[in-house]
Amino acid sequence: MTATLYVPRDAGALAVGAERVAQALAAGAAARGIAARIVRTGSRGLYWLEPMVEIATPAGRIAYGPVAEDDVPGLLDAGLLDVGLLEGAPHRLRLGPPEAIPFLARQTRLVFARCGIVDPLSLDDYRANGGLQGLARAIAIGPQATVETIVESGLRGRGGAGFPTGIKWRTVAAAAGAPKYVVCNADEGDSGTFADRMLLEGDPFVVIEGMAIAGVAAGATRGYLYIRSEYPHAVAAAQAAIDAARGAGVLGAGILGSSHDFDIAVRVGAGAYVCGEETALLESLEGRRGQVRAKPPLPAHAGLFGKPTVINNVVSLASAPFILANGAAAFRDCGYGRSRGTMPIQLAGNVRRGGLFEAAFGMTLGELVDDVGGGTASGRPVRAVQVGGPLGAYFPRALFDTPFDYEAFAARDGLIGHGGVVVFDDSVDMAQQARFAMEFCAIESCGKCTPCRIGATRGVEVVDRIVAGTAREANLALLEELCTTMKLGSLCALGGLTPYPVMSALTHFPEDFRSGPRLAAAE
Amino acid sequence: MLPSHPWNAERASEIIAAHGAAEGATLPILHALQEAFGHVPEAAVPMIAAALNLTRAEVHGVVTFYHDFRRAPPGRHVVKLCRAEACQSAGGRAVADGVRTRLGVSWGGTTPDGRVTLEAVYCLGLCATAPAAMVDGEVIGRLDEAAAERMLRAIR
Ligand SMILES: Cc1cc2nc3c(=O)[nH]c(=O)nc-3n(C[C@H](O)[C@H](O)[C@H](O)COP(=O)(O)O)c2cc1C
Ligand code: SF4
Ligand code: FES
Repeated sequence: MTATLYVPRDAGALAVGAERVAQALAAGAAARGIAARIVRTGSRGLYWLEPMVEIATPAGRIAYGPVAEDDVPGLLDAGLLDVGLLEGAPHRLRLGPPEAIPFLARQTRLVFARCGIVDPLSLDDYRANGGLQGLARAIAIGPQATVETIVESGLRGRGGAGFPTGIKWRTVAAAAGAPKYVVCNADEGDSGTFADRMLLEGDPFVVIEGMAIAGVAAGATRGYLYIRSEYPHAVAAAQAAIDAARGAGVLGAGILGSSHDFDIAVRVGAGAYVCGEETALLESLEGRRGQVRAKPPLPAHAGLFGKPTVINNVVSLASAPFILANGAAAFRDCGYGRSRGTMPIQLAGNVRRGGLFEAAFGMTLGELVDDVGGGTASGRPVRAVQVGGPLGAYFPRALFDTPFDYEAFAARDGLIGHGGVVVFDDSVDMAQQARFAMEFCAIESCGKCTPCRIGATRGVEVVDRIVAGTAREANLALLEELCTTMKLGSLCALGGLTPYPVMSALTHFPEDFRSGPRLAAAE
Repeated sequence: MLPSHPWNAERASEIIAAHGAAEGATLPILHALQEAFGHVPEAAVPMIAAALNLTRAEVHGVVTFYHDFRRAPPGRHVVKLCRAEACQSAGGRAVADGVRTRLGVSWGGTTPDGRVTLEAVYCLGLCATAPAAMVDGEVIGRLDEAAAERMLRAIR
């Protein structure tokens, strides 16, 4: 009997040796004369256990991890490929059924339901696991009912701003102009985030299906999937999946045999963080510098090439297939306050159990960091967490009761952004983090507004003077004033929200802004 | 090792022609040129401008706006090291300092022997296996000083 093994090809798994493990497994099985099929999947998102290898048994899958290349002979000796062992082979790396691992068992996987389980490029796998039902439903009920289903679901944009997705689609559907476009924002520039990457690599068809549903809903025929260049594996997976979808009539003329035409082209970014901002992204797609456009007009009215355009984050679009297939209520019924559905929360950095945790909104930051994440990887106390990427605030432990919800974070001068949570231990120097926030803004500014372009560079200098103890009080006042100017005088959130990490560091960790032993030690 | 091909106007025209018909073709063309030549050669700028009906200044503006596009050939290997927050929290600053010292170059620099170019990146999406790097397109995570040392030795 052929043994079926699952080894991720996700970039995060490859980065810690999954390719070498897959090769060692293939070679080891061959050397033992055992027939083995190795399916390359995406990641389950349990990155501290990567490379995680699974084997199919009649009683379900059994996982092992983290598996190093050197562990493979021992695993094979223990009976890894013996599919008759329903409990798996006795081995110190045996994790048991993956679904029973608490990190996974506690999740509500609606959007990432297939990720890490299926062969990402098999349309048959996709169909067999519920894929394309949402698109079929959208075609059956028609554009207007599709839009209203998304409105009713309460889905808000997962790219950061949290704008209601259904309202955006309704606006494009009602706008005059042709062709209309659907643009999928896979620029995912926020540090600490990898949900878009994981999904594009592990279940690209769900993104394609989501874009097609948006196409049906808004009457758009052309799609662009804009992926950052830092994600070559996602680019390759998306391109292959689009080709397969087109070959099977899921894309192209008359999708799924309907009267709707829709097709997608992949475009690759070029290392500019600001191109994640929707209008800068459109400029980039049009072949120009990624400079932010003034609004109005909204992209929904005059977007790509001046045409009505739906632009949404990967996860927003990939939520649509679930909502259409299972009904708006199934999505809306989980969540917290005005944040409905699930959010793929990404635990990153110095965290013991780093990975992707899809859960209904509403868990507290403390539960996420301490219980789910298990505290720091270094074993030292958690001192600060940055939530929502480089424009997100630093939260001290004192705010760990904040529920994961757009409004609750905003009420505490923070944001959830794209769901990244970066954990820092007590060796962090928060003045250095504030300095970096300004430095990053200066590097990535599109240059359109002065407070952002010049202010961020000044900000770096001011933090340096504070830390050096030069006219400390005056410079602290100057930093605050600079932040206010940036907040009020910037066209987009890059300049407008960089004050969040800076001011939160200063407010919650003022002791780090005094020249003293901590800073002397750091230099 | 990265492929590096000397300037070839004919090859450049082919690349521009192959991508020129797409909507907003500038970035696809620039990526393809960089893939072929390791950088975007200055000589290609007027060719792109002519093909896309843009001014040279416009094309130049695009090339210089994006961090990805190099104006000069890189070393034989390109190390992209993540400098962003998740990697910082996991010890990335020390790794980066070590790599810069070992190579004797700063961000964007190439070793005098032309072996390695060191580039800063801000997140590779490998933040749960941080600190992370990409060497000639291969991803590497969970870097520490020893792993960084091995990474550099492998491209000697
Ligand atoms: C500087 C900046 C960077 C952004 N980067 C991203 C990004 O990488 N991905 C994303 O989906 N949205 C990003 N956004 C938000 C987009 O402008 C926009 O709100 C989003 O694409 C809309 O899709 P959604 O409603 O589905 O979230 C960014 C915004 C700003 C100001
Ligand atoms: S705030 Fe900065 S990035 Fe945003 S439009 Fe102004 S200059 Fe550009
Ligand atoms: S912050 Fe370094 S890979 Fe994301």
